[in-house]
Amino acid sequence: MVVVDSIKKGIVIDHIHAGRGMRLLNYLDINVENETVAIIMNAISRKNGRKDIIKIENIIDIDLTVVGLIDPGATVNIIEDHVITKKLKPALPARVENVIKCRNPRCVTSVEDGIPNVFILTDAENQEYRCEYCDEIVSMLKD
Amino acid sequence: MLRGKSLLEPMDLTVEEMEEIFSIADDIMSDPGKYIHCADGRLMATLFYEPSTRTRFSFEAAMHRLGGSVIGFSEPNSSSASKGESISDTVRTVECYSDIIVMRHPKEGAPRVAAESCKIPVINAGDGGHQHPTQTLTDLMTIKKYKNRLDNLTIGVCGDLMFGRTVHSLIKAMSRYKNIRLKLISPKELVIPDYVRKEVLVKNGVEFEEVRRMEEVLPQLDVLYMTRVQRERFFNEDDYIRLKDTYILDTDKMKLAKDDMIIMHPLPRVNEIAKEVDRDPRAHYFHQVKIGMYVRMGLIYSLLGLEV
Repeated sequence: MVVVDSIKKGIVIDHIHAGRGMRLLNYLDINVENETVAIIMNAISRKNGRKDIIKIENIIDIDLTVVGLIDPGATVNIIEDHVITKKLKPALPARVENVIKCRNPRCVTSVEDGIPNVFILTDAENQEYRCEYCDEIVSMLKD
Repeated sequence: MLRGKSLLEPMDLTVEEMEEIFSIADDIMSDPGKYIHCADGRLMATLFYEPSTRTRFSFEAAMHRLGGSVIGFSEPNSSSASKGESISDTVRTVECYSDIIVMRHPKEGAPRVAAESCKIPVINAGDGGHQHPTQTLTDLMTIKKYKNRLDNLTIGVCGDLMFGRTVHSLIKAMSRYKNIRLKLISPKELVIPDYVRKEVLVKNGVEFEEVRRMEEVLPQLDVLYMTRVQRERFFNEDDYIRLKDTYILDTDKMKLAKDDMIIMHPLPRVNEIAKEVDRDPRAHYFHQVKIGMYVRMGLIYSLLGLEV
């Protein structure tokens, strides 16, 4: 049994699909060298069998779009004075800007500075997004 | 209302808007003298970051035949792009001099960046392996002229379907017409991209079949659209050499085709259509070139809101 202390102020991202926690943390772009972060992988979940959990101390304003993008099943608990003050369930976003980087080497976003990487949701079931510039499709389930 | 619009991909135009352009192009073909001064004093900028003969000449001829003038460059080394200038800065500068911009660029989505950076119409004249909407206008008008319809057709598209931007634009445009059956003929390495298969064909319920051999489907076709395997799209020369001669249309294969099938090609060709086929009355690829100029005249006329 792994014991991780409760936090006074911060965020707990719960019910993350097992295996997606590290990826979500990377996409959240949290400075793990300076912040207190705990990631629990493969914790036992009554609902899903296994789950990942992320706890971030002292930060309460993360990009919820990113959570919805990486795992629309995750829940975000905002904690202040040891109490959950908000419970959020971010949905799969219809459009994301500067979260996914287009991997098509022929895409204009690979050479032109100052333009946003915009991806539009095209298939919610497969969590597929299309680059607004070159139409390259990425699946958030696979990538 | 087409005035002031940009054309980045074929779906930027409704079917009705395309018909309007075809109708103007038809009128220009039948009475070119009527349009000879309608673009007097107007300036078109051609920004060609990638080599082109046909498309650039076609646009320039179109503008000149409407009475307008043309400025521009035909390769990036002769422009500020070679100094590292961004697309948006180049376009914002060129916008100060001209009324309409025509752009060809090796990077996919570059014309969209251009259109987002300026207030004058931008026409995509080909962006990487992505889209080539004015070739599609040309192709549709050619099909309409020689088959008298744009619906109820079995169309074979053959060659490089992965990087062939004319193919992607054509498939997108044809998906809006009824009873279109597509036979997609390519080696497995050059099949259509996922976004075309899922976003265009599956989403619109278009009947399509992916095959490896041209002979399998040739007898069923009303239109055969041949394309070149493009050396410039490959990162690996060995792959290009291995795939470049996969399909060669010759007189023997043409014996399998219907008497009224039409052969089209966006050109340039390398060897995928044997020279001997040029004499076949079903070969229409050079007619396409001429139609291309008239359709671009119709497009420029519409986007600039010209009048006669």
